[in-house]
Amino acid sequence: MPVICILTYLTRVASAARQHLAVLAGAVLTLAVAAPALAASAPKDWSQVLQQAQGQTVYFNAWGGEARTNAYINWAAEQLAREYGVTLQHVKLSDTSEAVSRVLAERQAGNADNGAIDLIWLNGENFAGMQSNDLLFGPWAEYLPNFQWVDADNNPDMRQDFTVAVNGYESPWLRAHLVFFYDTMLIEQPPGTIPELLTWARKYPGEFTYPRPPDFLGTTFLKQSLMELTVYSSALYSPVGDSHFDTVTEPLWRYLDQLHPLLLRRGRTFPASGAGMRRLMSDGETALAFSFSPSEAPIAVTNGELPETVRSYTLHGGTLANVSFLAIPFNAANKAGAMVVANFLLSPEAQHRAQDPDFLGGTSVLAVNSLSSEWQQRMRQTRRHPAAPSPDDLDRRLAEPHPSWIPALEQAWLKRYSQP
Amino acid sequence: MLRTAPVVLGILMAGPVVLGLLLVILPAFGYLPAVGRDEFSTLPWRELFSAPGIQQSALLSLVSGLVTPIIALTIVMLFLAGISGSKLDRLIRRLVSPLLAIPHAAAAFGLAFLIAPSGFLARLVSPALSGWQRPPDLFIINDPLGLTMMAGLVTKEIPFLLLMALAALPQLDPGRRVMMARSLGYRPVLAWLFTVAPALYPMIRLPLFAVIAFASSVVDVAIILGPGLPATLSVRILGWFSDPDLSLRLMASAGAILQVIISLTAVACWLVLEKMVGRIWRYWTARGQRRQFNGALLISGRVGITVAVMLLSASVVVLTINAFAGPWRFPASLPASWTWQHWVSTTSTLATPVANTLLISLTSTAIALVLVLATLENEQRHGSSRFTALWLLYMPMLVPQVAFIFGLVVFTETMTWQPGIWLVILGHCVFVIPYVFLTLSETYRRLDPRWVHMARSLGASPNRVFWRIRLPILLGTALTASAIGMAVSVGQFLPTQLLGAGRVPTVTTEAVALASGGSRNVIAVWALLQSLIPAAGFILALAIPRLLWRKRRAMQESA
Repeated sequence: MPVICILTYLTRVASAARQHLAVLAGAVLTLAVAAPALAASAPKDWSQVLQQAQGQTVYFNAWGGEARTNAYINWAAEQLAREYGVTLQHVKLSDTSEAVSRVLAERQAGNADNGAIDLIWLNGENFAGMQSNDLLFGPWAEYLPNFQWVDADNNPDMRQDFTVAVNGYESPWLRAHLVFFYDTMLIEQPPGTIPELLTWARKYPGEFTYPRPPDFLGTTFLKQSLMELTVYSSALYSPVGDSHFDTVTEPLWRYLDQLHPLLLRRGRTFPASGAGMRRLMSDGETALAFSFSPSEAPIAVTNGELPETVRSYTLHGGTLANVSFLAIPFNAANKAGAMVVANFLLSPEAQHRAQDPDFLGGTSVLAVNSLSSEWQQRMRQTRRHPAAPSPDDLDRRLAEPHPSWIPALEQAWLKRYSQP
Repeated sequence: MLRTAPVVLGILMAGPVVLGLLLVILPAFGYLPAVGRDEFSTLPWRELFSAPGIQQSALLSLVSGLVTPIIALTIVMLFLAGISGSKLDRLIRRLVSPLLAIPHAAAAFGLAFLIAPSGFLARLVSPALSGWQRPPDLFIINDPLGLTMMAGLVTKEIPFLLLMALAALPQLDPGRRVMMARSLGYRPVLAWLFTVAPALYPMIRLPLFAVIAFASSVVDVAIILGPGLPATLSVRILGWFSDPDLSLRLMASAGAILQVIISLTAVACWLVLEKMVGRIWRYWTARGQRRQFNGALLISGRVGITVAVMLLSASVVVLTINAFAGPWRFPASLPASWTWQHWVSTTSTLATPVANTLLISLTSTAIALVLVLATLENEQRHGSSRFTALWLLYMPMLVPQVAFIFGLVVFTETMTWQPGIWLVILGHCVFVIPYVFLTLSETYRRLDPRWVHMARSLGASPNRVFWRIRLPILLGTALTASAIGMAVSVGQFLPTQLLGAGRVPTVTTEAVALASGGSRNVIAVWALLQSLIPAAGFILALAIPRLLWRKRRAMQESA
């Protein structure tokens, strides 16, 4: 019956509203896709940017899943309103793709200069995806007065996002590291390397699991494992098509085949996300977990979510680390305001607060040596939460592979492990 | 005036639906200029069908779309058949509305914590009875067959169907039907099943189709309780749409169409099933047996509904505990300490989201109610053909939201409508109208025409008949439909986020954003907050008729 209704009504509506719909459909179909806005002048004259930014409202689309990050952005909004006359509105996302969808829809509809999103918090694959589809505005980032403090000449990861050249299309904000954390009450010695994890899991079966790819944290675990296991780790820094995927990844699958039966639920199911993995640890189901944010364990301990006996560390051979950035969509309505916000978030004042465990507990992107002696001192004196990793831990950094490895690894993983 | 109602309703739905669909269909065949694809091809489909585990994902969605309504409907019918006005019956009837107000995701989240190996039930018996110092490594949640997911859906759909049935029943005068059958020697449950059920079923058929559509395409419940390897089709589509690799959106669009096909297949299977059951029913009725199975049917209905209501209520209880819990380690039965901290950190930012939520849900529900009532009244008055645009109404439920909303945003951007609260309200209408229509239409159309005839013969104008006869009699149903509409509006995340460009924070956008951080306490706080507004709506929907008709006994029954 409904099928018949569908058909009869389809024709009826079509005739009743044919003209109206035809116009709309035509508009959608034939719309010239808006070209990326290159016209907006490069912000070389900062005072002009400041002037333009006065009175602008900047819609900052950033993940809103953590109360402290939200509070930090609120604090930044207060400073920006007072010092620069810029209103910062935090648009709380549950996933960056919500912002990407919006920009994509605006592009599809031909909105070239009145976009609703002014600034996005992103990196890696999302940057590569938006950049390769000309959805970002730029270059602008290196013209920010505070960009000098990151000392990009000596810190190449400020200009490379997952090996993709940034070219001034995004401004660094915070560092992220793959950090492991474990409950000292349940296990004495956590695994120091990926191969050690296997022997460890034999001793402690069911105490570990990882989020299922294509969750980005799960895929990060695959990348980390692959880097430690394969002899071709240099191949990971070029596009996946340049090397023989099966040869490079063969040790990873051999490893996972052995590891999975030793995981929680014998590897027959995996948590859907990093948050799910942390909840398993908070419920006492597992004793070891990992995160991309060094402050995740300290925050969870402070909130009572994880026991006070939890400690963080990084793997001995180094763990994946990256920088998260701020980017401006090609059609943002308030580009000057967005630049002022990005510049403020890069200031020693904002970065110092971001590092403070009482506020964000993150890792600054600034090169401390490049700062004035006063700020050098203050940055170095930041306290450390007992559940946070040590600075030495955070110095052992491995660069992210080329983003094309991500979908390839996810596909291969799903193919191998998603059939029961 | 009245004659324009169906046209307005049609256009309000058709614009977004057609545009929404267009922006799903075109990319599914390779056309999405925004990512530089402007040549038609079948590549997205080939990619879709070569995605690992895709058959099983699709099958899971189909099975869930059939098993859920079958079990939920059976339990509801058997419970109603055995309803006797006992204390338990009254308690269950009273719990229906508040339980319906709990968002699906919140109920699923509570249920997961209830039955997980490290969950509340395990903690209650540990370590004293079970000997568990650590949670046992049991595979309960996310089982590959999706049994936990279907159980969660069944418990959540039972209150919905029950409420629909309770709203429709008074018109059928079930008491007299049962009395008649009983006087012929039928036992009570069989009497109800033979005389009331066949008349009730057509009245809750449309809401039932909504259950089928929902159960075969649900995302949030499937993420929390459903299988992961592979996940249901709907979950995988969402994943592809959220992927940073924008070219995956083409395959995702093909997946969205497959999802519609799966849901329609479930409906088609249901129609076949309906015919078969109808035959069995007639055969069974014609045999004239009056007492067989009466007791068994009675007990299974009671047990089924009690288990479902208890599971749901217990989920709410554990959510509430979590909202006030300090550290709470396995195997402690209760948290080590209690705290307001989770509330304090959220309620400071509550005023704007609550105000927005109220404004959006009330306005969109009011628009929906007026349009639906006007359309139905027009049908009655002008004897004009029924509003058969059912496909328009079902489409927003059938097409995966993430795909559909993308089309809506392209549409509003093409019209250069600024994102904001009015756009969000209009967007919500697209999802609220179908539910209001489905819950109201059959009851409206099946209202005993003699009431109207009598009033007309006494000289009342059609308008007077509407205001004095039809609306008062249907007040209970109309208010229930509005409460459901409100609940639907309150629960919308993607339409609010994308049409409002994130500038219109509501309780739900805040809740979903914070839930992505994964803290169970914070999720619990927002889940409870998110339930409050719809719960108030349901309570009002029940209270208003009681209050208005407190001096009219026969009218009270209809409430």
